[in-house]
Amino acid sequence: PIKFGEIIGILNKQFIEEAEKVKVLPDLKPGDIIELRMQRPNKRRLSLFKGIIIAKHKSGVHTTIRVRRIIAGVGVEITFPIYSPRIKEIKVIRHKKVRRAKLYYLKYKLPRFSTFK
Amino acid sequence: LFSAEPLVSHPDDDDAGAGGDGGGRIIEARPGVMGPDSRRTGVIGVKCGMSAMWDKWGAKVPFTVLWVDDNVVCQVKTAEKEGFYALQLGAGQKKEKHLTKPEVGHFRSQGVPLKRKLKEFPVTEDALLPVGTTISVRHFVPGQFVDVIGITKGKGFAGGMKRHGFSGMPASHGASLSHRSIGSTGQRDAPGRVFKNRKMPGRMGGVQRTVKNVWVYQIDPARNLLYLKGQVPGPQGSFLFVKDSIYKKPDRALLPFPTHFSQEGEPEDLEPLIADLGDIDPFMAAD
Repeated sequence: PIKFGEIIGILNKQFIEEAEKVKVLPDLKPGDIIELRMQRPNKRRLSLFKGIIIAKHKSGVHTTIRVRRIIAGVGVEITFPIYSPRIKEIKVIRHKKVRRAKLYYLKYKLPRFSTFK
Repeated sequence: LFSAEPLVSHPDDDDAGAGGDGGGRIIEARPGVMGPDSRRTGVIGVKCGMSAMWDKWGAKVPFTVLWVDDNVVCQVKTAEKEGFYALQLGAGQKKEKHLTKPEVGHFRSQGVPLKRKLKEFPVTEDALLPVGTTISVRHFVPGQFVDVIGITKGKGFAGGMKRHGFSGMPASHGASLSHRSIGSTGQRDAPGRVFKNRKMPGRMGGVQRTVKNVWVYQIDPARNLLYLKGQVPGPQGSFLFVKDSIYKKPDRALLPFPTHFSQEGEPEDLEPLIADLGDIDPFMAAD
């Protein structure tokens, strides 16, 4: 017998399993430097976004990662829901050793810490 | 029974399973045709929580999950006996030791298992159902609009800013001891009193509210779950009453009237039914 409070947890697990069948997600942690390919509306090719994961908010099927990068001299942080059908592929290129779960301090440091080729 | 009356069964006597006889009226569980003025029953659900999903076009749909737990018709009210037509639905389970004797007697006389929540839904004469009919989640069609009635979360004794949206006073610049107060409540000697219905702090929440035109996104008949888009009143675990929408009426041919009867040929475990989202991708630019 299932407890009433577990219904949402069970549904979220089921949604995550269905999303995992379509694409394989690596283990993502703050400090990973990743390359993300997503499908944008009205564009045929997949868009690419690179950066360092500075935060991961876990909430079932709407687990999001916040990715930061310096683009054309401007710091850009984008939040991606990793189980969304629009996000087709995530690859981990490197890992930077960090001692925090949320790397918001990178906003106040030098731009070279958030630049990735 | 120590009474002077002879022990002869009277037509008004309560037999188990014969509670539907309201003055000789026989109500059958048969599918019917929905007229323009017909109203069918609602359903009692339990709010499980909220989550979000992406539909087939990639748009995000936040939904509330309602669990329709064992809805059974407990009493039929007809014009001959009560003066109006209504169906009393019961939801949930309850032990006999947790119910009062009058409540237990009511369930026993109707021949219906013991329920946790009873609610009456007014219907038209052609939508009556016999006592003991189960109403499942398939009573609703994904894609239709419903009205949801529930008791909102209680906020306790709330101040003016939370309860009525007052702006309060500046946090600095010399404002003394009144940053969140309601300010003035009236004029001076004329009228010399505070008008009635002046907005003041008080108890907020814990009242019944109706949210209208909620879109039914998905139905899970195997687990009796109803997915409604958006928010509904009340905390998790509270009872909600779901009825067909009065303003955005669906196509009469699509709704099962008076309710959905499971046929023998259908499989027991059905896949979840999702609302029809159309064939054109809404995100593609129309050239």
